[in-house]
This record gives sequence, C-alpha cells and structure tokens, in this order.
Amino acid sequence: MRYVGQPIDRLDGVAKTTGAARFSAEYPYPNLAYAALVHATIARGRITRIDTGTARKTPGVLAVITHGNAPEMKPAPKPNQFDMSTLAAATSVNYLNTDEVYWNGQPVAVVVAETLDVAREAAYLIEVEYAEYPAAVDFAAEEGNARPQKSTMLSEADGRKGDAEAALADAPFALDLRYTTAQVNHNAIEPHSTTAYWDGDHLILHEGSQNVAWVRDHLAIRFDLPKQNVRVISPFVGGAFGGKSFVWPGTVLTALAAKVTGRPVRMMLTREGVFRTVGGRTPSIQRVAIGAQLDGSMTALIHTSVCQVGRTGGWSEQVTSVSRHLYDAANIQVQQNLVGMDLLANTIMRAPGESIGSFALEATVDELAYELGLDPIELRARNEPARNPLDGKAFSHRLLMECFEEGAKEFGWAGRPQEPGSMRDGRWLIGMGVAAAYHPAWRFPANLTVRLSDDGTVLIRCGLHEMGMGSATAVSQIAADALCVPMAAVTVAYGDTALPDTTTAGASSQTASVTASLLAACAKLDRAVFTLARKTPGSPLRGLRRADVTARDGGLYNGSRGESYHDILRRAGRASVEARVGADTRLGEIADQVRSMSKFLLDRRRWVKAACGAQFCEVLVDSDTGETRISRWLGVFDVGRVVNAKTAASQLRGGIVMGIGLALTEETLVDPRNGRIVNASLSEYHVPVHADIPVIDVRYLDDPDPTMPLGVVGIGEVGVTGVAGAVANAVFHATGKRIRDLPITLDKLL
Amino acid sequence: MADIRMRVNGSIEKLDVEPRVSLLDALREHLGLTGTKKGCDQGACGACTVLADGERIVSCLALAVQYADRDITTIEGVTSPLQRSFVRHDGFQCGYCTSGQICSAVGMLTEHAAGAPSAVTGDLATMEIELTAEEIRERMSGNLCRCGAYNGIVAAIEEGIR
Ligand code: FES
Ligand code: FES
Repeated sequence: MRYVGQPIDRLDGVAKTTGAARFSAEYPYPNLAYAALVHATIARGRITRIDTGTARKTPGVLAVITHGNAPEMKPAPKPNQFDMSTLAAATSVNYLNTDEVYWNGQPVAVVVAETLDVAREAAYLIEVEYAEYPAAVDFAAEEGNARPQKSTMLSEADGRKGDAEAALADAPFALDLRYTTAQVNHNAIEPHSTTAYWDGDHLILHEGSQNVAWVRDHLAIRFDLPKQNVRVISPFVGGAFGGKSFVWPGTVLTALAAKVTGRPVRMMLTREGVFRTVGGRTPSIQRVAIGAQLDGSMTALIHTSVCQVGRTGGWSEQVTSVSRHLYDAANIQVQQNLVGMDLLANTIMRAPGESIGSFALEATVDELAYELGLDPIELRARNEPARNPLDGKAFSHRLLMECFEEGAKEFGWAGRPQEPGSMRDGRWLIGMGVAAAYHPAWRFPANLTVRLSDDGTVLIRCGLHEMGMGSATAVSQIAADALCVPMAAVTVAYGDTALPDTTTAGASSQTASVTASLLAACAKLDRAVFTLARKTPGSPLRGLRRADVTARDGGLYNGSRGESYHDILRRAGRASVEARVGADTRLGEIADQVRSMSKFLLDRRRWVKAACGAQFCEVLVDSDTGETRISRWLGVFDVGRVVNAKTAASQLRGGIVMGIGLALTEETLVDPRNGRIVNASLSEYHVPVHADIPVIDVRYLDDPDPTMPLGVVGIGEVGVTGVAGAVANAVFHATGKRIRDLPITLDKLL
Repeated sequence: MADIRMRVNGSIEKLDVEPRVSLLDALREHLGLTGTKKGCDQGACGACTVLADGERIVSCLALAVQYADRDITTIEGVTSPLQRSFVRHDGFQCGYCTSGQICSAVGMLTEHAAGAPSAVTGDLATMEIELTAEEIRERMSGNLCRCGAYNGIVAAIEEGIR
C-alpha cells in the first residue's frame, strides 16, 4: 500500500488555514434574517403569559414566534431500533407547539430580525410568566429513585457471571468504593449553527452535523415533507464530539423561523444557548468493588452506575462496559441504573460510558495494586483475560498487555519508587499513574459510489462527515491504494444529503463503516473496468483473464502489456464507469439496515472487538495549593490498522486532552434549586488551554484487526478513555490522596 | 447608524453599522469575511482573534466603530509561513479555532520580538526572551482548541520561528 499508513497532510488543510473553509453560519444569502432564542427560566411548568409586545415593536423585528402563534409541527417519532433515524430527536418536546416547559433553558420564543443585534435585543424584551410544577433537578438527591436501565440491541445494561457479591464477601482481600463524576459539556468551539431557507416546499439547511441523513429524516417528519424535499449540507463541522449527533431545538426552530418569515434565516446559538439547548455528558455515581486473592487474581468484580436521563430524552451511557471486558475476574456483576430528571436531555459525548466508567474501574484497580503491594501493571497482567471475561467470547484482536509493556519501557515506569509522596521537586510533588484505555469497535452500513472518469480521475460520493478526523483524507488514501491511482486523482464529495447516505460519524465507526463499502465498490469498479477493456476491440487487455492482470499506476497491466484507465475508457467510448454500494430505494434501504443489523448481531455473538491502550501520565501537584499540572503523557494504543499516521495521532491526542479536562477542570454546575446551569460560558467552564497540555507522546502498534475492513478499528474515542483514571492514580502517587470525585480540583486536595 | 471606514486586509472598506455592532460581526456579517470565527462572543475562546495595526485583539470584544480608520488584518489577509507549518504539523482538526490561532501566533511573535514578557518569563529585564515551548504555550493560552491540537500548534509555531 502506497498511501495507507502514511502521515499525509489533510486535504482540507489549505482551506482551514486561510479562512476559506465555510462552516454552517457562513453561507451568504441575499435577504438573510437572523434568529435568537428566548430560554425558559424554570425547570418544569407551564407558560401562563408571554408578553411579546415590546419585542414585536422593535424596529427591524420580522417575527416573534411563541407557542401562541407558531405553525403546527409534527411531534418527534417514537424511537424504533430498526429505523435508526427515529433516534435522531434529541428530545421529544414539540418546541413552540406546547405551553409546557420541561427543562430550564427550553426555548419558549424565537425572534427573527433584520440583524443579529436586533434579534438579540428583542429577545431580551420578551417577558414570560409561568406556573411552576415540582421538579427533580438535583442529581445527588435523586440517587434513590434510580431504576435499572433496560438493555437494547446496541447496548447491554447489565450482566453477570457467577455470584460476585458472595465472592466479594469471601475474598481474602476486598475493596468496595464509590465514585462520582460531574456533568460535562462538549463545547465544540463552533457553536451549533443553522442557516435555513425554504424554496417552495423544499427545505435547504446548512448545519454542522455528525449525521446529515438523520437531520434530513427528522426535519422531513417534523415539517411533514417527503424526505427528498429536505437537503442538509455540512461539509465542515467545527468540532462535535457527540454534541452534533442528534437534532437539537435550534435546528428545528431555525427551519421554523425561515418558514414563518419566508426568508433565509441564520441562527448561531450563543455559547450560553449551547449549554441551555444541547445536552452534555451525564453525571454519574458509581460503585466498583473488587475481591482478590493475595496474589492479585480477581475473584469478584462489581461495577454499578447511576446516571441521569432527561424526562424528554437522553442517552443511557454504557458506564460499566469496561468491566465486561478488562479483567478476568471469576465472578462479575455489572448493572447500570438511570434516574429520570426534569433537566435537558443528556447526550452522547466522546466515549459515552467508557470515559467515566474507566475512571472508576482503573482507579480501583490501582488502589488494589497499592494495597497488595503489587505494581499496577503487574496486577493487570495477572488478570489479563484470554477470552472476554463476562461471557467467554473470543477477542478478535487484543494487544493490551503489549501496550503496557511498550509504554512502561518508554515512560520509565519501572524506575519510579512505588511509595506515594516519595518524589518531589521543590514545592511540586511528583506522581506517576497508569490506566487502561478501552473502547468497543463498531460498524454500520454505508452507501457510496465510486466513479472513474476517462481523464483518469476518481470521484467518491458519500455523505460522510468531517468534524476534524480527516475523514476525506483517509478515504482518499484508501481509494487511491485500492484502485492503484495517485491520491491527487481522487476527490471525495461528502457532508451533503444530496450524496448517498453514509453513516453516522459516531461510536468511532465512520472510517471502518466507509472502508468496508469503499473496498467493495472499488472491487466492483475494477471488475467493471476490466470487463470493459477485455471486450473492447483493439484493447491490449483483450482475451486476458482478470487473474493475469494487475492494477498499477492508474491502469491495468500484464507485464508491460496493458493500458491506463484513461485509455481503457477512451477506447471503449465511455466518459465514466461507476460502481455503487448500497440501496437506492426506501425498501432496499430498510432491507439493508435489517441485514446489516443481523450481521452485526451475529458478529457480536462471535467476537468482542475493541480498541485498547495504556495511558501513562506524570503529574506535579503543588504541595501548598493543591494545583495539579500534567507534566508528561504517553499513550500506547492498539487501534488496528492506522490509515493516516498524522491525523490518527492527532485524534488520539485530542481524546487525551479532553480526558485531561474531564479529570481536572471540567464541570457543568447545575443549580440544585431550579435546574439552571450556572456556568454556561467558556470563562466559567474550563476546557484545557495551551498551558495545561505538555507534549503528548502517542504511539500505536499498527496491527490490523483481522475481522474489520482493512483491519481498521475506530480511533476517535479510545484516546479519552483511561485518562481520568491515570490522572487520579498519578495524583495519589504524588500526594497519597485518593480523589474519587471528578474533576480533581485543588480544593479536594487540600 | 455610524458611517465608518476601515482598512481591512489592505483595502478600504466603508461600513454603515450601529455603534453596538462588534468588529467580529462587522467582519463576518457586513463584510462577508467569515474566516474570523465566533466561538463565545465573550472574549473567552480566542477564535475571533484578528490583528489591529499588527496587534492581536479579540474582535468580539471590540466595537467596529472603535476601529474606524484602523488597519485590520484577518486570516483572509494573512500570508505567513505559519499557515504551511500548521498543515505540516497538523495544528488543527476541525479547523474552527485555526484562524484565531494563526492570527494570534502572528501577533504573539510580534509582541515577543518587541521584548514583551509573559507570566512564565523568568528574567523580566532581558530583551532576549527565549521563545521556549513553555513560553509559546503561555502566550497562546487565550486561544482554545477543543479538538486538542495544542501539540501541533506549538510545533508549527516552533518551526515558524526557526
Ligand atoms: S468569540 Fe471572541 S473570544 Fe470567543
Ligand atoms: S481545530 Fe477544532 S477547535 Fe481547534
């Protein structure tokens, strides 16, 4: 392979460094109007009066839309696992079609005006009165109301092997610990933005999205349109991390505002608006209990969790998933629980479940190692399973211990004194910590076409998404290798529902999903071109069998006999040849989904597939103030085959940076009295900045997974897992203090 | 409304804006220069960084009318080897913070050349402050990157000063 695996620069690099890349609030339209939201200030209740008089009279205001005058929209469809697009609704609320308020921050009015400033000014002038209902908004206080989470086809909420409680009680050595993690928010630097306009009964939308097909399908339902009447365009997405997977109120309401005013409308949420109308990662309460023999072998592992969901929607995080896979305990019990809250629906955020679940599990394993006087890596080695611990399924591929070994060598792990608080540099206490990273591998159906033109160029049309992963670059590399053409000959059209539906950019699945279809389409194309050549009079390939011919240098050859794609097509009088993977009818599409779902389930019965890795960190903790700095980081990963060495490393690093935020600084504070987020800004919600991040050394073993297309396992999320665990363990090593509550802020260390 | 003139990326632009319009909105919504990004509109993220007479400012906290007759450079007007370095070192992922990072880096290098110290500068009296990775990180900390491309950005700037 000439391109796959190479550190190739991003194809959109020039566009992104010159300001040419257009994001969804940046499409110019004549006569553009601007929209702004008014947010509810109570958690639960009903609007009793809404005074829009002054707002409407403000010069430049085009419309004030409330539940009193909004056109009717259809409700969100009921979720159905066989039609994935029904999962697109972030909440079940029919915005501005109801006088009920379900969360503090729910949009209760939209102002549309000639300018942004007028829209915002008028939004401030709207007065709303409410009748308040009792509301459950204090997560900590609601713990007792949690109920077991239901399993779905995609995610199991519980599992057991043997009797873990009994084994824990009998264990010669046992730990039984409680952990808590704070709500956090994605805070992509691009706020959610939509530009929408109606052309008769066609709706066109520029929207930063991780799933353009979902946005299209969902809006078609809400506005009662055939789905071919909705087009969603999203070539650049300014960061997403799960926050742009589902359809949030701003998107629906921008389309509504455009409908009401008959104008193209743009709405970029304010940063506060993002906090109020786009859910974050649920807070959690977790219990991890481990029983062990004195040699460290685990006899019992119990991992349970309580998370929240909004009453109008929310993602159930697979918090205990890591405990199904990481350690070979004789008895295992995992159980996830949920409590319904009168808060905005939470949603998926980079490694939902594994990111916070791995914190609790890996901190407990570390604690066990210290209690037993074992090296934490040695303890893991003693409990490394040959098969999936919970159910005995085979791992398709797992080099976790190899990651620890390489990491330990590179990081200088063995040289550290194990005694906590034993390393110091002036006022800085130094600590080293380690943790496992783990994220399951997924794959979904993806449609696309590959077209070879008589000028030798290749066009791939597929509705994939680019939020910074370098998707189009990776796809070009794979296609160039598959067809043996130069990368410069390949173009990828993406991020548009006018293209074949691809797949969600979520669950770290996009590259694997697209790769499978891309390789199939390239093989089809190769056959079609060869057949064409073989049949064309005068072709040097006439009469040859495919097995006699190899693709190279942009053509098909047998030794020196053969010709370029360009010549093959010209000779045959064809402008292009196209191969397609995927259905083009609705029925075919449903059949495809069912087929791929059953294949997926079958596959899951046979294999456990995942990306994994070892996170090593060194922290400095100020002995007087408790301030914690990350001074060194090394992550060694087993992520199957790496398509682009440069962008892959960046994604893994990006995950680690987000994990450092989760570990040390990030926390969305919800007022326990009224459910209002009190730090809805980037000045009071602290994401890591340049000064917080040292050089992050990232390595990977680059060993293809034999059961995945091209051996590719997703890399978008594994980087964030294990990070908070490694930090907490390093903080303990530095200070002797176990902080079991994220984020580890300085007050907790004093 | 206020009629003002401003030199933007070398050409004189006439603007008719309300006094409350930020420089950022004037650039994006009135002049169609959308390379400058809005991430918070509150001075907290740096995505909107532009150069005003060569100095970096967050344009969301600046009123357009305050910059009448000044010289504004946005990413569309930047021609710096840093841009190539950012691509080579993968100093971005989604690209949304990138215009701000690049403009900020250009401004930061000018500040450094003029001898401005930072919070991590040891000897405040010296005019020869070495632009170490630590200095770069400190001086660039007003520019958030949620994709976490910080290592690539610092590497790109380090290459740019070599
Ligand atoms: S938009 Fe100006 S600092 Fe964030
Ligand atoms: S590149 Fe996405 S925020 Fe920096």
